Amino acid sequence: MQRAACIEMMYPELEDKLVVTIMGACAQELYNLGHCENFFYLQHAMGLASSIGLGLAMHLPRERVIVLDGDGSVLMNLGTFATLARYRPRNLIHVVFDNGSLLSTGGFDSHTTSGVTDIAAIARGAGIEHTALVDNEVAFGEAFVEALERDDLSVIVAKVAAIGPEHYGMDLQLPENAFRFRRWILDRARSAPS
Amino acid sequence: MLARYFRIRCLARPHQPLAMTVSYDNSKIIFDGIKAAGIKSLSALPETWLGLLLQRAEADPDIQLVQVAKEEEAVGIAAGAYFAGTPHVLLMQNHGFFGAINGIVSLAQLYHVPLCMLIALRGHWGEPYPWHTRGGIVTENVLRALGIPFEYARDPHKVAKQIREAWTFSQSSLSPVALLLTRDLMED
Repeated sequence: MQRAACIEMMYPELEDKLVVTIMGACAQELYNLGHCENFFYLQHAMGLASSIGLGLAMHLPRERVIVLDGDGSVLMNLGTFATLARYRPRNLIHVVFDNGSLLSTGGFDSHTTSGVTDIAAIARGAGIEHTALVDNEVAFGEAFVEALERDDLSVIVAKVAAIGPEHYGMDLQLPENAFRFRRWILDRARSAPS
Repeated sequence: MLARYFRIRCLARPHQPLAMTVSYDNSKIIFDGIKAAGIKSLSALPETWLGLLLQRAEADPDIQLVQVAKEEEAVGIAAGAYFAGTPHVLLMQNHGFFGAINGIVSLAQLYHVPLCMLIALRGHWGEPYPWHTRGGIVTENVLRALGIPFEYARDPHKVAKQIREAWTFSQSSLSPVALLLTRDLMED
């Protein structure tokens, strides 16, 4: 299963959701489908995408938040699963693409490949009840639809191939992304019926 | 061997009485100052000096408290709160601040996301515990190296104003700022 195919499958559902993605291939593959103002690309600070998602979800209970994470990033912030489980925001879907590789830095094996580390088991052990582990596109699609329909915190760990896009680059400066992302949220909050 | 062990233990003991008490009155003043500054949300990793303050936050229906497993998470949560338009303050110990530095640099500073940090300055003047000292000694230099504006909070009569000003400056500069909570303020 390829991550790009999973993101493409999700894409039509993302237009009215707040999306936070990690750096590198994941960010680029989302961007290549067409940037939207409600996408935030965390191009560094590995591990914090889910923490941003938690902050968004807790402070914007009427929005849906989707975090696109990776095994290398989430391994840098495993405590995030415990914090997510403790506060259990009902409006957050945390997708972890596990390609077993630090792809963006040369394709070194991550712990999920070199060892026996099971990210889904870690999420479950941290107390996240709705944790799915999928390794094909049909199962991914089903897990994503279930998560969208479920009014509860959901984690989807998707086993994907260690393949990234051929070209990297965005016509979007990092602070510009932050400014526009925030403006989109605040404009939407202002125009929403209270 | 045993005698030597105990001698070392004795030498390592703090040279002050252990009966340090966190200031009840000043914890309340700080909490009231946070609320008066319009803050609606706090992220924190509990630590001794912040304990009474966090108890108040937990009990207050107007404040959303998020406890983290490690302080760097709080940088992400604070960014989320900022994007959501919710006034948010981070509470941490200086050692937790050190553990959050990559997030502060590569999320907050890189993306111009403001952070208003109230940092318990352990390991400084009057510190009886050896384990806090190295962190206390380097805190100011680390803040300077990172270009993070900071002030020391020592006086309970001024701390509410300092919190308000720290908040205002973080928002106008789109930068992390730090208010260092000192022993003078936090202990009786």
